[in-house]
Amino acid sequence: MAASIVPDTDAQKRRQRWLSLLAKAPAGRLEALWAEVGAVPAYTLLRRPEIGLVMVKGRISGSGAPFCAGEMTVTRAAVRLESGEIGHGYVGGRHPRQAEIVAAIDALGQKPDWRKPLEDKIVAPLAHEAEGRRQLVRARAAATKVDFFTVAREAGT
Amino acid sequence: MYVAVKGGETAIANSLDLVADKRRGSRDLAELTLEQIDQQLGLAVDRVMTEGSCYDRALAALAIKQARGDLVEAIFLLRAYRTTLPRFGDTQPLDTTQMVAERRISSTFKDVPGGQVLGPTYDYTHRLLDFSLAAAGERPEAPTAPVDAGQALPRVGDILEREGMLEPPPAQDGDASQDITRTPLVLPADRPVRLQNLARGDEGFLLALGYSTQRGYGNNHPFVGEIRYGQVPVAFAPEELGFEIEIAEIDVTECDMVNQFAGAHNIPPQFTRGYGLAFGHAERKAMAMALVDRALRAGELSENATSPAQDEEFVLSHSDSVEASGFVQHLKLPHYVDFQSELVVVRTLRAEVEERNRQTVLDQAAE
Repeated sequence: MAASIVPDTDAQKRRQRWLSLLAKAPAGRLEALWAEVGAVPAYTLLRRPEIGLVMVKGRISGSGAPFCAGEMTVTRAAVRLESGEIGHGYVGGRHPRQAEIVAAIDALGQKPDWRKPLEDKIVAPLAHEAEGRRQLVRARAAATKVDFFTVAREAGT
Repeated sequence: MYVAVKGGETAIANSLDLVADKRRGSRDLAELTLEQIDQQLGLAVDRVMTEGSCYDRALAALAIKQARGDLVEAIFLLRAYRTTLPRFGDTQPLDTTQMVAERRISSTFKDVPGGQVLGPTYDYTHRLLDFSLAAAGERPEAPTAPVDAGQALPRVGDILEREGMLEPPPAQDGDASQDITRTPLVLPADRPVRLQNLARGDEGFLLALGYSTQRGYGNNHPFVGEIRYGQVPVAFAPEELGFEIEIAEIDVTECDMVNQFAGAHNIPPQFTRGYGLAFGHAERKAMAMALVDRALRAGELSENATSPAQDEEFVLSHSDSVEASGFVQHLKLPHYVDFQSELVVVRTLRAEVEERNRQTVLDQAAE
């Protein structure tokens, strides 16, 4: 289970990228973008949003044997479009609405005519905003980068 | 033996109402929101998530509010809540080299690749009370500096490991699926099980034990190889998808402690390691965990285990604040029957002793 489980087709790679970005987006922001998409094909809930836990694993010294670091809350949902596509949503935290929207987007993304509009209206903006948040964290950290002098050695004789 | 009592329903109900009233405090003041607790008492939230062993900022904030800031009580509340939820599975192990680090320091190497990044730390404050915080008023945003794009943060341990001066961590240690929330702790425990126990363990208990090793009770000359704090993605592979996805980014603190080691019969002199990992920003906890993790490896490294921090049974059996607090605090519950029987025993013993003493005095008078 320690080995990463990588997608092996381009379609899976796209779903992986979308699902990861959608799960990490702020729940409220995803809801707002989803509302802007307007009318979408009807879907039925295969799995109503359900809150549970996953056990987060760490590794000894960061790179060694896995161990149980502690749990985190997760919400999952699954939907099916009338045309048969099935979508899954797994999001960290307790966010039933977000999990359902993620599942719906995952299902719709499997329909070629929906792929580009969803990429343009939801996935790309979320990716851009996530990068902006990361850059702000990095820029604030960079301002605290320090050079210590070891006095004994560098003072010379 | 504890014998149950009945009754007292009204008094208990009124006591709960009184707790709720005390929790609210003066109605002249605005009520605390969970968002305020999350944002402005963030380190308390981090501790409750770590020892409650459940990452959910909003739940931890709620527990803190309900417990009126008693963090050990809040940890208990979070632990109790998690038992109501189903488990969906195990995540992929966190890859902390993927961290968007807010802080990263090494006290062993000055010039680590990626640099020393202080981040938000109290280390260099003067510990003087800041009375400006007692007044309202907006603070300026934190300064920023240009980011060195593409600058990775390699693990400091990897650098020493490549030179052969630092032991590599075990690639596999025991049964990877062991989980003390599912199967009870069995001693002796594998290192992953010990680490799970320590990760949930009480910060104060582990801090005292770690401190005791520094003061000579099982000393192993520790250095902070590296501490890093920031956001890491959590990857999970749902069965129905068949591939892994990232489900969240969580804040974690990691401490890789490096310890001098003179060698043993089959191990050359080298540096050994202890490891600490905590949710949120919790350096004291991660460091204490790493010190105790290393101390508990005494047997594996052929060291004399003579100190409390090296005693696996002692450490792992007493680290959990929920268990400890429960057993200590149950003493407050009515023990009337229990105590009555003890009273009878002590009265009988007392009577016997007094009778014996009286007899001795009579015997002496007779002589």
